[in-house]
Amino acid sequence: MIGDASNLSSRAIQLGFLALLVGAWQLLSSLGTISPLLLPSPDSVRIAFVKLVESGQFWSSLRVTGSTVLQAWAIAMIAGSAAAYAITRSRFLVAVFEPVIAGIFAIPLTLLFPLYILFLGIGPSSKVAYAATYGFFPVALNAIAGFSAVKEHYLRAAHSMGASAFATFRHVMLPASFPIILTGIRISFFITFASVLGGETLSSVTGIGKRIALAAELMEPAEMFAWIVFVIVFSVATNMVLSMLESRASAQ
Amino acid sequence: MNKMTPAGQIVSSQTAAISIQNVRQQYPGRHSSAAVLALDDISLDIPRGEFVCLLGPSGCGKSTLLNIVGGLIKPTAGKVQVSGRTIDGPSPRDIAFIFQESTLLPWYTIRENFHVSFKFSRIARSEWQSRTEEALAAVGMSRFIDHYPEQLSVGMRQRVNLARGIALGTDIILMDEPFAALDEQTRMVLGEDLSELLAKTGKTIVFVTHSLAEAVFLSDRVYVMAARPGRLKTIVEIDEPHPRSPDFMLTTRFGDLRNQLYGLLRDEVREGLQIERKSSAAAGRT
Ligand SMILES: Nc1ncnc2c1ncn2[C@@H]1O[C@H](COP(=O)(O)OP(=O)(O)OP(=O)(O)O)[C@@H](O)[C@H]1O
Ligand SMILES: [Mg+2]
Repeated sequence: MIGDASNLSSRAIQLGFLALLVGAWQLLSSLGTISPLLLPSPDSVRIAFVKLVESGQFWSSLRVTGSTVLQAWAIAMIAGSAAAYAITRSRFLVAVFEPVIAGIFAIPLTLLFPLYILFLGIGPSSKVAYAATYGFFPVALNAIAGFSAVKEHYLRAAHSMGASAFATFRHVMLPASFPIILTGIRISFFITFASVLGGETLSSVTGIGKRIALAAELMEPAEMFAWIVFVIVFSVATNMVLSMLESRASAQ
Repeated sequence: MNKMTPAGQIVSSQTAAISIQNVRQQYPGRHSSAAVLALDDISLDIPRGEFVCLLGPSGCGKSTLLNIVGGLIKPTAGKVQVSGRTIDGPSPRDIAFIFQESTLLPWYTIRENFHVSFKFSRIARSEWQSRTEEALAAVGMSRFIDHYPEQLSVGMRQRVNLARGIALGTDIILMDEPFAALDEQTRMVLGEDLSELLAKTGKTIVFVTHSLAEAVFLSDRVYVMAARPGRLKTIVEIDEPHPRSPDFMLTTRFGDLRNQLYGLLRDEVREGLQIERKSSAAAGRT
């Protein structure tokens, strides 16, 4: 009961904060102290957004960025968990590779982005590869932590019953480590998303990142803000959904 | 009356369910000098349908021996035969394990836990439901079939765990201190139930325990082991039909057997403690 009430009031405060932000935006732009080139009014942004949707540009850019993110995220999840599974087969491999993976993740991999462009060109595949590389690390690190934490006696029992490697994975290792892996998967999504947008902004032919960069170059602040507001709303909503899934999984 | 037979006595191999032949187990230490000889040339035959206990001081290799019989560890030397077949890895058709900690998976209900175990052991799906229901009914836990393990007390959980081990339908069950985590009253009651449950089935049971009373109450014979290196010391036979009533515990014979086991173990435990003191003193000097 108390939990519900405090949850409700924290939601109310969050909504109030959002309203305040939009109000301040409206106030600042209507006062005219800041040039509309830097800060367009909320209404002009809304109009720009409607125009984007109606022209079909919104959907085509969203499709490109969305499919790039989904491909990169899928590769990151599969490669990350597979690598973690292989590494956690032996304590020695964990001792060798866990610090290596954590160490590489600490490097700003943006440094390597030009290499991806060089090798794969400015089409979506360079963004897929770059974002998948970045998104791989949180999945792998969390899955290593999760798989290593599976209680030894569950594995021993499964082994004694003759469980196959796949059945052991499916019924023991995966459920035992699922909440931790899910955290890695959520972090991976945002890293992948940010990497794709960043990559598109730097060097691309299409996609949301490219649109934002282009709008800024062409002095179309309303369109640029329309994209930015969309990305913000989308990220917040996705985070809410993924966090909810995560807390439901760990409550189990 | 109880007979003592010399260690390593050979029972005719036709009646032996488990035949342990010259098993040695050496664990590699960090340095080659630190290698542990856990079992030194153990040979024994466990007759079909008997309930036997492994009793011995901590570290004498009881768990190691059980894991070797179950195929979870490959021995350094020697071999184990089950129904004439040499053990080489887990054989879920013949052997079920029950461990000290309940190994019910917390993310599945009791029913799901049974089903997953049957799946692991490759038991036909058509039997899953009936086997689950029968086993739970046998231990009086049918009501909890759709509960999660965490909703049960530790004692109830181990009861269910026991039922699952039996439900796997193997001829042999290996139990490594299955009641060690329970309070004394609960383990007495579970022990009585186990004696009753198994009297009907004719299964061969190898049971590791530290409890002298448990060993006498449950087993047909007690293998007393010695430590450092782990080896077989003597076999004490407990000639009393199953199922055993709690009244057996009140007889003087029960007390005598218990005292006899204590007498055999006391020296071993003393020796173990002394060796420990000596070796730590030696370590202090270097
Ligand atoms: N995986 C292992 N690696 C190295 N040494 C081990 C390993 N497992 C057991 N040992 C050693 O082998 C000896 C026998 O161990 P084991 O667990 O079989 O004894 P136990 O009789 O079951 O003891 P307890 O009564 O305490 O359960 C001990 O000295 C132990 O330290
Ligand atoms: Mg043990």
